[in-house]
Amino acid sequence: MGHMGIILSGHGLNKRFGAFQAVRDASFTLAEGEALGIVGPNGAGKTTLFSLIAGSLTPTSGTIVLEGKSVAGADAASRCLAGIGRTHQVPRPFLGMTVFENTLVAAQHGSGLPEGEAEDLAAEALSRSGLLASANRPAGVLGLLDRKRLELARALATRPRVLLLDEIGGGLTEAELVTLVALISDLKASGLSIIWIEHILHALLKVIDRLVCMSAGEVIAEGDPQTVMRDPTVMAAYLGGMKEHA
Amino acid sequence: MSISRFQYERWTPAGLSTVWTSCVILAALAVAPLVLPATAVEKLTTLWIYILLAVVWNLLAGFAGLVSVGQQAFFGLSAYLTLRLVEWGLNPWLALVGAAFIAGAIAIPISLYALKLKAGEFAIATWVIAEVVRICVMFDPLVQGDTGNSLIALNAYAPDFRRDVTYWLGLVAMAGFLVLTFRVLRSKIGSAAQAVRDDEEAALSVGVSVMQTKRIIFVLAAFGTALAGSIWLASAITFLPRTNFGVQWTVFMLFMVLVGGLRTFEGPILGALIFFVLQESFSSYGVWYLFGLGFIAIVFALALPDGLWGLIRQKRGGDLLPMGTLLKQAPIENEAS
Repeated sequence: MGHMGIILSGHGLNKRFGAFQAVRDASFTLAEGEALGIVGPNGAGKTTLFSLIAGSLTPTSGTIVLEGKSVAGADAASRCLAGIGRTHQVPRPFLGMTVFENTLVAAQHGSGLPEGEAEDLAAEALSRSGLLASANRPAGVLGLLDRKRLELARALATRPRVLLLDEIGGGLTEAELVTLVALISDLKASGLSIIWIEHILHALLKVIDRLVCMSAGEVIAEGDPQTVMRDPTVMAAYLGGMKEHA
Repeated sequence: MSISRFQYERWTPAGLSTVWTSCVILAALAVAPLVLPATAVEKLTTLWIYILLAVVWNLLAGFAGLVSVGQQAFFGLSAYLTLRLVEWGLNPWLALVGAAFIAGAIAIPISLYALKLKAGEFAIATWVIAEVVRICVMFDPLVQGDTGNSLIALNAYAPDFRRDVTYWLGLVAMAGFLVLTFRVLRSKIGSAAQAVRDDEEAALSVGVSVMQTKRIIFVLAAFGTALAGSIWLASAITFLPRTNFGVQWTVFMLFMVLVGGLRTFEGPILGALIFFVLQESFSSYGVWYLFGLGFIAIVFALALPDGLWGLIRQKRGGDLLPMGTLLKQAPIENEAS
């Protein structure tokens, strides 16, 4: 992949919370239209890395470059406007609003489009996420799958260039996962660049082009998904010290 | 541009008829002083002040989640500033309105500090700020500590004229803020405020400028409360720091909004009407009356969080004036499942 095609990259990212180092010297690149998967045991720093990218946390050191420009100093709202869309691992719907209003506020403030176009954008995002039937219901009545869909719809309503999916498959049934994988594949096919953190490997592997494995805050392997998953260090990190052919 | 396959419903027939009915009621109220006895005009002026206070506190706490217990800072400040401006030679009517604008402007620097705090800390800070403002005001020789002062400049006008103008001032301020609040809540600032109230971090992640949104609502609410404080001074004439800056105003606002219905447009108006009736009947009981108000407000908060309007809405199947936007689609839409 040529340098021109890089839409998002991180260089030497560190994040320290007091004595605890959540992210340690992490670097990554994301090509335009690419889907990058991130795996790793709990506490590996994956969500913290997303927070650094999305601007809800400030890195202790390191830089993040979006479309050739450093995003340092930009808060989460500005990064959203710049094209970074994010779903949260634990869905965070606006509970006092309807499902449609949840996506409408995202389209009004995060898309950069004139106000008159926000409603259509919000409605399309619901449609793509399969939530149209619930549009006028209070967000609080949604079940887990629909809350995850709403996270996605809300991120889409901001017209992202890069979409960060944080364990969006977690807690779903197999049938629900099939729907979700189809949806994310569609988004990828439409040209969206995606980083997807996920524990459910078989779902992840259906979509991603490249895989990164993190452990204890560090990137320990990166490359072709199958190769990464066979990497002994990855297996050790994942299987908690079990032998490769045990 | 392709034609959208979606439609958006903001104005329901019910909503439109509410607006027209309100216009007729307001027109009737505008000419009411010409036919009503003097005491009725005075009492209605008080009612306009209550409604104004309830509507702006609901905007602040109900829709933006900024639960302030220090709005009396702006209520009292506006009354004090009126006296100050009159002392400097301004016409008292102009001073009443000008003071409300200045008090609203003072909310901007206050917001720089107060809005950094959240939830309980914010609430306590607003109360502290109200006390600090009161103490500062009491240092002014014009006020002389607890002694206070009066807007005697208004006595230069005939009592009938003074009473009627104050009534109209109150009516215009109340109606103006009802319209303004409605417009703000239907705008993108209104949806941002509700998103911030529900989840600040999620609001940021979808591009909402959280601080700016809070500041707009905070300043708007301060201005509305200040306007109420000016009109209160015009009808009461006397200014006593412990009364005008009294925390009982917060108790009143809480009561009206919680009993009427937090986060609804109709609730605070209903709550103000109820409060007005209670105030007329029981306010002579003093401290025990305040205690009772607080107790009822707590009962409502726990047992009926949507207030009386919430109950009525359930019974009649909707609001008089729906605030949200409904998404309508062509029936042929076939959702993948």
